[in-house]
Amino acid sequence: MGYTLQEMMTIMAAREIHNGDIVFCGTGISMVAAMAAKHINAPDSIIFFETGPIDPRLEEIPMAVADPRVMYGAASNGGLLEAFATMQNRKTGRRVIGILGAAQVDRYGNLNSTCIGEYAQPEIRFPGSGGACDVASFVPRYLIFIQHEKRKFPVRLDYLTSPGYLDGPGAREREGLLPGGPTAVITNLGVMHFDDDTKETYLAFYYPGVTPRDILDNMEFSVDVSRAAEAAPPTEVELTILRERVDPHKLIL
Amino acid sequence: MYCIHQGTGSMNSNQDKVMTLEEAIARFVTDGCHISIGGFTVNRNPMAAVYEIIRQGRKNLHCYAHSNGTGVDELIGGGCIARIEIAYGGNGKAAPTCIRFKLAVQRGELLVEDYTNYQMALRFLAGAMGVPFLATLSGFGTDIVGKWGFSREMRANHPELPNKKLEIIDNPFDSWGGAAKVVLVPAINPDVTIVHVQKADRHGTCRIEGLNFADIDQVKAARNVIVTCEEIVDTEQLRDKPEYNSIPFIHVDAVVHVPFGAYPTACHNFYDYDPIYLRHISHFAKDEKLYAEYLAKFVHGVEDHHGLLNLVGKGQLDIIAADKKTGYAVGLDRR
Repeated sequence: MGYTLQEMMTIMAAREIHNGDIVFCGTGISMVAAMAAKHINAPDSIIFFETGPIDPRLEEIPMAVADPRVMYGAASNGGLLEAFATMQNRKTGRRVIGILGAAQVDRYGNLNSTCIGEYAQPEIRFPGSGGACDVASFVPRYLIFIQHEKRKFPVRLDYLTSPGYLDGPGAREREGLLPGGPTAVITNLGVMHFDDDTKETYLAFYYPGVTPRDILDNMEFSVDVSRAAEAAPPTEVELTILRERVDPHKLIL
Repeated sequence: MYCIHQGTGSMNSNQDKVMTLEEAIARFVTDGCHISIGGFTVNRNPMAAVYEIIRQGRKNLHCYAHSNGTGVDELIGGGCIARIEIAYGGNGKAAPTCIRFKLAVQRGELLVEDYTNYQMALRFLAGAMGVPFLATLSGFGTDIVGKWGFSREMRANHPELPNKKLEIIDNPFDSWGGAAKVVLVPAINPDVTIVHVQKADRHGTCRIEGLNFADIDQVKAARNVIVTCEEIVDTEQLRDKPEYNSIPFIHVDAVVHVPFGAYPTACHNFYDYDPIYLRHISHFAKDEKLYAEYLAKFVHGVEDHHGLLNLVGKGQLDIIAADKKTGYAVGLDRR
């Protein structure tokens, strides 16, 4: 069964979600991944959004976190304060896994979703943090979704919107952040994890048909590829559920 | 710089606050005033009010926003906003980054101060509570703390703004709660907040259906409040189930009946967002000439929101009508 790199990326993210996880997701492909996990490998995971709904039914794919489709059949519909409290609550916070997108990611998993160029009058302005910085600050683990392109993997971010491991081991705690941080960078070419000692990204998986060289050629900074293995392609079951149940109208994929 | 109207006897439970949108905007939204609007990206933005503000030619507004996509972007495009404190300028599929916001920032025409969504929600809550700031653990180690859009000098010249964007202090309770430090974010008290709700009575008690986003605190933080609503209902109908009500009348100064008042954004249980119209705005927003023509026809070229709805046509409004069970338009083509 053939598949696109977007589909591969979505399935790789879904595989990182476990039963019992409370999944924070944003718009677009992260929403598809969270919904795919719920249908495939983590039926007892719970999805919530920064706008406030907890465990909505999601009969149709929402196109924004404020889409009325996130409200239907939820356990509760609150607002922003309830959503961010869920990430920090002593009982629920430890179970939360976030999925974040960004315009740039650096070697320590710090994210830029604010601007390219000078902050005051940038060359390119992006939407800004939204809840991303909050999620990256609060939750014990999160996934980063990004397309593999050189300019998206710079040596130095133009603006640090959401904290990863900042400048390395111990930096989060030094600055005042809770422990936690990103666990994987999932792209259209492969998956990177973070080294336990250095907190730097290393290549964990490259997709079938992609080489570690292809990945390095699409990054400004270099990463360790010695631990990389080829990822298992999506199974027929995974692809069928993704196409028929999760995004049947190809709104996102 | 504060708006001159400060509370208009809104505490009187018998006061009829119903007025026209034209009158409400003329009275409570003045040039240079500090404003916030309700809703979130493509949902329940008070769009009828936004378009009336543009029609009345308000200038130099100072806007507070978490993620109020469509409404804020149209106010920027309409030339109404000079400064904005914002967490997120995006609008779902129609505009991953709000187009007029993006252009205005890149051209240096809009002064921006970035916060996070949670920080903005806390800032409205602080304003509603009447405390000067609230503490959070969000922002450490980021440029949201390090880079300021409004300089200390500019802040010093604007007594209506706090002297700092935010402040980090050591936890005064030692490490109680597991935190060594906290980020303090200053309260917001807008001159006016405008929200669109499903149901309100003539005195301003509101029932919001679905998510409330940060609307309730935005209302309670404001000096003046305009509520636009799908339906004006009897007070008794709302007071029969007070636990379902979101806002008591004591905060509200004007109630305006505007069916489809959030269009083209969604209003849960009434109508969905209009993907075609949102795409149409995005298409025009990318080009100065097209956007000017769009404003001339769809905003300045109509008398009121009803005029816009007539241009859109009943057929399209029927397509986005909400399904009774789910609250949205089931099967709506959103490609």
